[in-house]
Amino acid sequence: MSSGHSASTPAASTPAAFARPNPAAQAVRFAGLDITFQLQTGGVHRAVSDITLNVARHDFVAIVGPTGCGKSTLLNAAAGLLKPSAGTVEINGTPLSGLNAKAGYLFQADALMPWKTAIDNVAVALEPQGVKRAEALERARAWLTRVGLKNFADRYPHMLSGGQRKRVSLAQMLIRDPQILLMDEPFGPLDAQTRQIMGNLLLSLWAAGDQAGERKAVLFVTHDLEEAIALADRVIVMSAGPAAKIVGDFRVELPRPRDIAEIRTEPAFHQIHKAIWASLRVEVQKTYEMSAEAQQ
Amino acid sequence: MKGALNRGTLLVLQVLVGLGFLLLWHLLTTIPVIDGKPLLPPFFFSTPLDVLARTAKDFAGTEIWRHLGITLLETELAFAIGALGGIVVGFAFARRELLAAVFDPYVKAANALPRVVLAPIFALWFGLGIWSKVALGFTLVFFIVFFNVYQGIKEVSPTVLANARMLGMNERQLLRHVYWPAALTWMFSSLHTSVGFALVGAVVGEYLGSAGGLGYKIHEAESVFDVTGVFSGMLILAIFVIVIDTVVTMIENRLLVWRPDTAAKTV
Repeated sequence: MSSGHSASTPAASTPAAFARPNPAAQAVRFAGLDITFQLQTGGVHRAVSDITLNVARHDFVAIVGPTGCGKSTLLNAAAGLLKPSAGTVEINGTPLSGLNAKAGYLFQADALMPWKTAIDNVAVALEPQGVKRAEALERARAWLTRVGLKNFADRYPHMLSGGQRKRVSLAQMLIRDPQILLMDEPFGPLDAQTRQIMGNLLLSLWAAGDQAGERKAVLFVTHDLEEAIALADRVIVMSAGPAAKIVGDFRVELPRPRDIAEIRTEPAFHQIHKAIWASLRVEVQKTYEMSAEAQQ
Repeated sequence: MKGALNRGTLLVLQVLVGLGFLLLWHLLTTIPVIDGKPLLPPFFFSTPLDVLARTAKDFAGTEIWRHLGITLLETELAFAIGALGGIVVGFAFARRELLAAVFDPYVKAANALPRVVLAPIFALWFGLGIWSKVALGFTLVFFIVFFNVYQGIKEVSPTVLANARMLGMNERQLLRHVYWPAALTWMFSSLHTSVGFALVGAVVGEYLGSAGGLGYKIHEAESVFDVTGVFSGMLILAIFVIVIDTVVTMIENRLLVWRPDTAAKTV
């Protein structure tokens, strides 16, 4: 992340327009969300506090924030993997109870079953829906082709590179055709070139849903602001933890389809980057100072 | 060892170690040193040629195959029943916290017990036939498999588990696609140990009281001071162990093909 063009002009940009949203039109809706963890040492850790956020259907929303600000916690609440301590999570206007069946989740860490081949990992995602194995394998093969792994179907995860494993995970998530995609720094562990390729792949798969009239809502957590702007329609900035809040909400009015490597050279990209970074850098600075204090 | 030695060189060195040992044994038991007697009296130590001759004679006959068959059957039964019990109880304990917590001290106490003290009890309960030996082998195999299955389920990657749940898997599907393969991995990684212990249980059981099997054969030879017979029995046991271990390795390589260390070799 380059900080060269940051400080001088704060907020020379367009904060997102808040239309009063119709709750049922929202794919994900957090209202007054508060998540507090019970620590093993006896105390409590308040990860996020008073989060209110609407993610419209078909919207690609990126969440950025300093390390440890509770971005992933928020995502886990949307997935139903974490139960909020206070507040509500609504999916398509209905309060979430238990796991979010409408959502697909792409994890940062390796989440494939290591004892299954690439194609089996993808095909098994259809089993809970009761799809017959022969059909599931056929559809899995089609999906592996779409993510560019046609010839790697019979490899086990350890025989694939990090980027290839992410492609398998992407196919595994998308084959179920979820309405909402939750992504937790999915390309974090990959090298820079692979990240760009994966970003473009994600955008093309997402846009393919557009033609079918069923573009998915995406909640994409990242610590990389450039990645967030290149991918998303909207960037949410979270404050430094603990008790992190939303401190910025920006629309990214860049034309689609985008190439995430090329879009970074456009002047409009720099303008948006400048504006968001002005808000983000304060929080990053806070986190840095806190950890420096903790070390003393 | 990896890479530095090719298979041929390794095999030659392995054979040389064996031959060196046999040569030393032969020299110490046959070359006269004091008063025309060798350093190690053959009555107590036998000689390698006698042992080999006896072993060859045994293998030519039919009696040894009966003994081997009995020991093999006991080993297989002890392993199969012990593994089954270990898997079932391991699964139950790993999935039900309360069960594990309540039984924890008893499991530890039972596992710490030296199994040899149980052998006479088993002989009383199950008689001198194969079942007292199977029971002894069971007590050894059960705990190894149980601990490994328990550990395997406890150590399933939280991410893999969360991912499977997000894919919509119910408890039964999780069991089949996540817990079961994870538990099997750990079980197979201890396959050599548990098969070895099944054999130990069988042979020790036979040794302490039976009418057949390799342990019985060794005990029989010992009771008439037939040292050559004892060594010959041990040699047959060693060959038996190597054969079983080779079979286990083949099964393991076949089943754990997805593991990083067993696959992906360069040519």
